[in-house]
Amino acid sequence: MSFDIDVTLRRGDFELAVAFQAAPGLTALFGPSGAGKTSVLNMIAGVLKPARGRIAADGQVLFDSAARINLRPEHRRVGYIFQDARLFPHMSVEANLLYGYKLAANAGRYAAPDQVIALLGIAHLLPRQPASLSGGEQQRVAIGRALLSSPRLLLMDEPLASLDDARKQEILPYIERLRDELKIPILYVTHARAEVDRLAAAVIKIEQGRVVAA
Amino acid sequence: MFELSTAEWEAVRLSLKVGLWSTLLSLPPGFFLAYVLARCQFPLKSLLNGLVYLPLVLPPVVTGLLLLMAFGTRGPAGRFLEDVFGVTIAFRWTGAALAAAVMGLPLMVRAMRLSIEAVDTRLELAARTLGAGWWRAFFTITLPLSLPGIIAGGILSFAKSFGEFGATITFVSNIPGETQTLPIAIYSFLQSPDGEAPAVRLAILSVVVSMIAIVGSEWMERRVVNRVRAA
Repeated sequence: MSFDIDVTLRRGDFELAVAFQAAPGLTALFGPSGAGKTSVLNMIAGVLKPARGRIAADGQVLFDSAARINLRPEHRRVGYIFQDARLFPHMSVEANLLYGYKLAANAGRYAAPDQVIALLGIAHLLPRQPASLSGGEQQRVAIGRALLSSPRLLLMDEPLASLDDARKQEILPYIERLRDELKIPILYVTHARAEVDRLAAAVIKIEQGRVVAA
Repeated sequence: MFELSTAEWEAVRLSLKVGLWSTLLSLPPGFFLAYVLARCQFPLKSLLNGLVYLPLVLPPVVTGLLLLMAFGTRGPAGRFLEDVFGVTIAFRWTGAALAAAVMGLPLMVRAMRLSIEAVDTRLELAARTLGAGWWRAFFTITLPLSLPGIIAGGILSFAKSFGEFGATITFVSNIPGETQTLPIAIYSFLQSPDGEAPAVRLAILSVVVSMIAIVGSEWMERRVVNRVRAA
């Protein structure tokens, strides 16, 4: 599985033009706030439309302005982990985890609930409601929920940014396990050097809407 | 003193019937309007907004007159319903339900709109990235999370419909057993020399029904809120 992007986006006088590739394993999108990192993830997930370009994952085209292809978010099979966990507040942890799992077509489904729950150490949380979880627990459930939709690409948008140091240390080992056990590319947005050093096999450095080093 | 006469029971039953039907009829368009006003941007949105809230500020007698002009036997909408569906609205209890629905709509839309606006659209986006199409995200995320406001809106509309007076009497008049709802019956009793006792009985009854509606709506809303935002 691999991933390929080459897009431009214009908003006001800010122009974003990025092109890079990612292999299975964790690729960090690294750069200062406002560089356009989250916009890149949003374009990949299909919630923001590029002006021009092409995005492909695992051999399937997600977006191609020349060929007029623009898959809807629900058809892209891209897992998205946000800075805030965004768990569904009216569903139990278990129902949250299975939301995308139930929607994934049997053919492409590779993630199994038992494995993912064990990998993230969240078995004891299943009957709980999201509001009763700590920030770190919520983020682990959000990761599990995205994984269980069997994505061909995982997007993580500063998943540790809203957590304190102790919570960060709690989650980091899980992200390392994810990186080592998943066979899909993970794009990890961060502006923290320490996370890049610890987690990333490859680094895409983005500044002011441009890739300055890959 | 609390024995109700047949005529009084008739008024109570009619008011309940009108309230229920007008609420049921206005739920779908009410929710649609609330959703559109909460989520969509389009030209003339403020005009639509104004139209929905107009019955709240307009004198009820004017709303009743407008309904009479549109849905009366010679009004365009009234003639259309008569010719196409064979349904007469003027001077029937169905007309009372229509008048009550129009008068209750602003309250319903307002409660629903607030609760739809309170649903975080980023949760819907998260559902989309998990493989849910627009409709599935709507039915599994947006609708259940805005349910408290939908219920509150329905009950407010019912309470308003149950006691609507001005637009109803203007539009469908005061016909015992057909359009003489509880408030109109109270008004009629007060016009007759020894009608004070029945008027007071019905007034007490309307206070009781209104209280039950308010307490019931709060109770139900709390239950739903607890379930939806369970902590």
